[in-house]
Amino acid sequence: MTDATKDHRPDGPAHRLETGATPKPKLALYWAASCGGCEIAVLDINEKILDVAQNFELVFWPVALDYKTKDVEALADREITLCLFNGAIRTDDNRYMAELMRRKSKVVVAFGSCAMEGCIPALSNTTSKEETFNRSYHDSPSTVNPSAIEPSVQTQTDGFALSLPTFWNTVQSLDQVIDVDYYVPGCPPQAHQIWAVLETVIDILNTGKPLPPKGTVLGAGDKTCCAECPRTREEKNITKFFRPHEIKPDPDRCLLDQGILCMGPATRDGCGAKCVSTDMPCRGCYGPPPNARDQGSKMIAALASVIDAKSPEETDAILDGIVDPVGTFYRFSMAKATLGRRLVDHAEVENPDVWGRSPSGENEEVSP
Amino acid sequence: MTTATSTQTFTDTIDKSQTTPVWQPKIVAFLCNWCSYTGADLAGVSRIQWSPFVRTVRVMCSGRVDPTLVMKAFRLGADGVLISGCHPGDCHYSEGNYKAMRRVRLLRRVLQGFGIHPDRLRLVWVSASEGDVWAKVTDEMTETVRNLGQLRLES
Ligand code: SF4
Ligand code: SF4
Ligand code: SF4
Ligand code: FES
Repeated sequence: MTDATKDHRPDGPAHRLETGATPKPKLALYWAASCGGCEIAVLDINEKILDVAQNFELVFWPVALDYKTKDVEALADREITLCLFNGAIRTDDNRYMAELMRRKSKVVVAFGSCAMEGCIPALSNTTSKEETFNRSYHDSPSTVNPSAIEPSVQTQTDGFALSLPTFWNTVQSLDQVIDVDYYVPGCPPQAHQIWAVLETVIDILNTGKPLPPKGTVLGAGDKTCCAECPRTREEKNITKFFRPHEIKPDPDRCLLDQGILCMGPATRDGCGAKCVSTDMPCRGCYGPPPNARDQGSKMIAALASVIDAKSPEETDAILDGIVDPVGTFYRFSMAKATLGRRLVDHAEVENPDVWGRSPSGENEEVSP
Repeated sequence: MTTATSTQTFTDTIDKSQTTPVWQPKIVAFLCNWCSYTGADLAGVSRIQWSPFVRTVRVMCSGRVDPTLVMKAFRLGADGVLISGCHPGDCHYSEGNYKAMRRVRLLRRVLQGFGIHPDRLRLVWVSASEGDVWAKVTDEMTETVRNLGQLRLES
């Protein structure tokens, strides 16, 4: 592979000669509604990427290799051994590609938080497609769009018909549109975990060991982020919440103890306590811990146990410090929220500009 | 990893108990074993009429009602959720009802974030001797939910 004159595409002529009689298992990577971070994370395994090339034939990886969708369409069904799919599903094209990769692959992995549970793209499930378009194409301070152009599915221009995939109202996770075999959490998954997953797959391919049970979360732990966190925990009695910029945290004490909203108790371990080790609260990117299906509900339960208040009034005063409860608790898992997306067609209340006390009449419990 | 796999069964059970096809409120009530369930029982024994649209679930303590239970009830077809515990100071596990109060305060904000009216979730205190209070809150809750109409979650 060092000869500069060789064709370096893994399935180019030179590579084919090298593989000889036993073809390598085929690997594909794809991004749907994705920021690209998951793709970069794969490259973060550094020189181990060469081991990947050694063990797999890369047949599709739009960010790095010049293969087209038609190359995948030309493959036989289930010809790809492993597909790492990152990105959420929010357009017809995303769904087409998800279905195509499913058909062509033996094993499909929802890779990263977007594919697994919607992640940042799915935060738009707290609003509507119309509001998203208004913000993006009209209202944002950096937008100049005097003729009020919006993307449309079909456009006629100079006698040519241009088409764009339909943009959905609701962002979905990969397993809401196709059958998914495994999950790798993280925004993005950490490099050491990506390598651990690839190593396991290579081992399975070489030794014929059985695959883990379908639905397994790979490349992560089975506890919460707090289990990995180096900070000292004491009894929590929160009387006020601080946003990270409002306070200089004690470097050794648990951030939640100090009133910084840390999602650690509602997040799966495995990242190596990345954020909390650098004075930033965990935002929850590794998704809910095992046995918790809804990350937000897990966090509500955790917070209710540590807020130091005995009356509704005191509680409300403390909760006022949580600026955007839904966006905070479901920052990464909105597509998997038990309650679904924010109601648009049947909305019963407005989204408040400032998160405060719920509108309520007499339906309140009374103070002790 | 998908949500609401058992939607069908739960809704079916609820619907079978309804004789008319018109929409009627479906309210799930979680009652603590020590005060509220006994209170609701007393309402029955005393032959006090209370809303037939409230289905009770007995739990050991109002503090045991995990937010997941509330969300799942809504997801599986409930239009309202009522949680009832011992009066402050009377919880048999000392502070479970305070925890329930804090959860409900936060949950109501989260419901609002999902576009759901927070009054679909209500926490009340009903003691073992308050059969009449139980009857009153179930009737009130039924009225509230009836005014709000059917909860139609979007996925
Ligand atoms: S999971 Fe995070 S890093 Fe990966 S594509 Fe989504 S937003 Fe980007
Ligand atoms: S809440 Fe956050 S800071 Fe505290 S122990 Fe857990 S992960 Fe660490
Ligand atoms: S600390 Fe939390 S937000 Fe940060 S990388 Fe780990 S799981 Fe993700
Ligand atoms: S036992 Fe009744 S609320 Fe705790």
